[in-house]
Amino acid sequence: MSWPDLAPLWLSVQLAGVTTALLLIIGTPLAWWLATTRARIRPFIEAITALPLVLPPTVLGFYFLILFSPNSTLGGLWRDAIGATLTFSFTGLVLASALYSLPFMVQPLQSAFEAVGRGPMEAAATLRAGKLDAFINVAMPMARRGFLTGTVLSFAHTIGEFGVVLMVGGNIPGQTRVISIAIYEQVEVLDYAQAHALSAVLLTFSFTVLLLVYTLNRRAPVRVG
Amino acid sequence: MALSVDIKLALGGFSLEVTHAFELSGITALFGASGAGKSLLLRVISGLETGANGRVSYGSEAWQSAGRSVPAAKRGAGYVFQDSRLFQHLDVAGNLQFAAKRSGADSFEAVVKTLDLQPLLGRRVAALSGGEKQRVAIGRTLLSKPRLLLMDEPLAALDHTRKTRLLPYIARLPEAFGLPVIYVTHSVEEVTRLADRMVVLADGRVLATGGVADTLARLDISEASGKFEAGSVVRAVVTGQNERFLLTELEVAGQSLSMPASAVEMGAELRLRIRARDVALALARPEGVSIRNVLRGEILEIVQEAETAFSEILLDIGGEQRVRSRITRASVETLGIELGQTVFALVKSVSFDRRALPKR
Repeated sequence: MSWPDLAPLWLSVQLAGVTTALLLIIGTPLAWWLATTRARIRPFIEAITALPLVLPPTVLGFYFLILFSPNSTLGGLWRDAIGATLTFSFTGLVLASALYSLPFMVQPLQSAFEAVGRGPMEAAATLRAGKLDAFINVAMPMARRGFLTGTVLSFAHTIGEFGVVLMVGGNIPGQTRVISIAIYEQVEVLDYAQAHALSAVLLTFSFTVLLLVYTLNRRAPVRVG
Repeated sequence: MALSVDIKLALGGFSLEVTHAFELSGITALFGASGAGKSLLLRVISGLETGANGRVSYGSEAWQSAGRSVPAAKRGAGYVFQDSRLFQHLDVAGNLQFAAKRSGADSFEAVVKTLDLQPLLGRRVAALSGGEKQRVAIGRTLLSKPRLLLMDEPLAALDHTRKTRLLPYIARLPEAFGLPVIYVTHSVEEVTRLADRMVVLADGRVLATGGVADTLARLDISEASGKFEAGSVVRAVVTGQNERFLLTELEVAGQSLSMPASAVEMGAELRLRIRARDVALALARPEGVSIRNVLRGEILEIVQEAETAFSEILLDIGGEQRVRSRITRASVETLGIELGQTVFALVKSVSFDRRALPKR
């Protein structure tokens, strides 16, 4: 048996890393807004955020394919500005994955922010801390368990992504051929040995990451509450 | 200088309507039963509650005016919450530095010393007792260099011993830090121990304002203070110590009183609280009873309590001092008590509040 090609695994890790970073940037303010707003449109935004949990990845992927296509407004604008299409590109994969994994970042963060509550933020305000200051130095550290959970779940969920990638990204080595696609292809061509090898790598990798996180979390419990 | 408040706020069926100029010196007690709107008023003053209509100004500086509201972080109003609200992710020193860093306060050592925080500095917040938490919270607020200190029932969650230990720290604040304090409470004891003046709130309206003794002696606040706390505060001067009977002799409005011996100096002025239910009335100076403290007074007011067997009687004992008595309506009728009549108030010695030491 030959040593499996690890490039798809590396690509998956890159995709998950970039997606998780992007989600931290988008998800944090969104989760804070959902946790604190009294706006009437909150349930609508919450429902939209949770959609990826219930929709089949193929449906999401299908809409992304249409949205990203150079014939669409967004896809066209992107092609004109960047000079490359969004479909079948790493960037397109990142955008699609970000939406696909959005609830895995937003929901833990939102409940963590809700647990922080108004009390500490009000205390910070009376201690002369502005809103952003209080958010960064009080709400975020108090919600760090939520950040840990959100980051791990988003990362793991993106690593395991298949349907959306298949629809939007296709199977271009080094570009969009992530590990799940590689395994799928090997099974299609009846190369079970390679499929076994990659699957075992993914299984071991995922388990190790999760084990590490839960062990660290247990050793150094996040001081909240 | 004064903190002028003229606000209206409707919140889920409750309405708060307050017009008052809080004097910016010493301690002002904001007093009333729970649900009277005391905390809500404090939140409006601090800028945490922004839904109110009207004006709040600190001296000539507008904190809130038509359509404009200075954010809480920019008002310089320190706030000590009932539940301390320390930051759980920081230790005690971290909590104190959080405030000091943002205000540029250089009084860290002084605050730590005044509140005896040194042994607590390295402790985790979760490992503090209730009283320690409140001391840290007070210290943290002082380090934010406030221009006005708002305290929202800071002792309500503590047991009696801890309360008693913390009171002197609070009493020292205005002088030690040149800081005016508005102190929310529903405890008459805390008012008598701490406050220079009081504002009584009931159902979102100001019911009475003024000096502590005068205001407490007024009958119309009994609804806010609760029947069993209804009483009066009198000023007394220590005239001697009776070592044979272990009594401290006092003079109140030219009349003499005694209480169980207390370590107070000759000539010291004390404030004594006399609960209305501990005062009985007699038409003539009684003889052959065990009660030693008898004050002569003139009846100023007789108010029947609705739907109870009791009446509240306000007596003028001279020297602008008043004592309140709570006796049954049947007694009022049997004795034939009338306004202007001279009667004798029988005060049980044990009812003197030994903790009511002089202010300053």
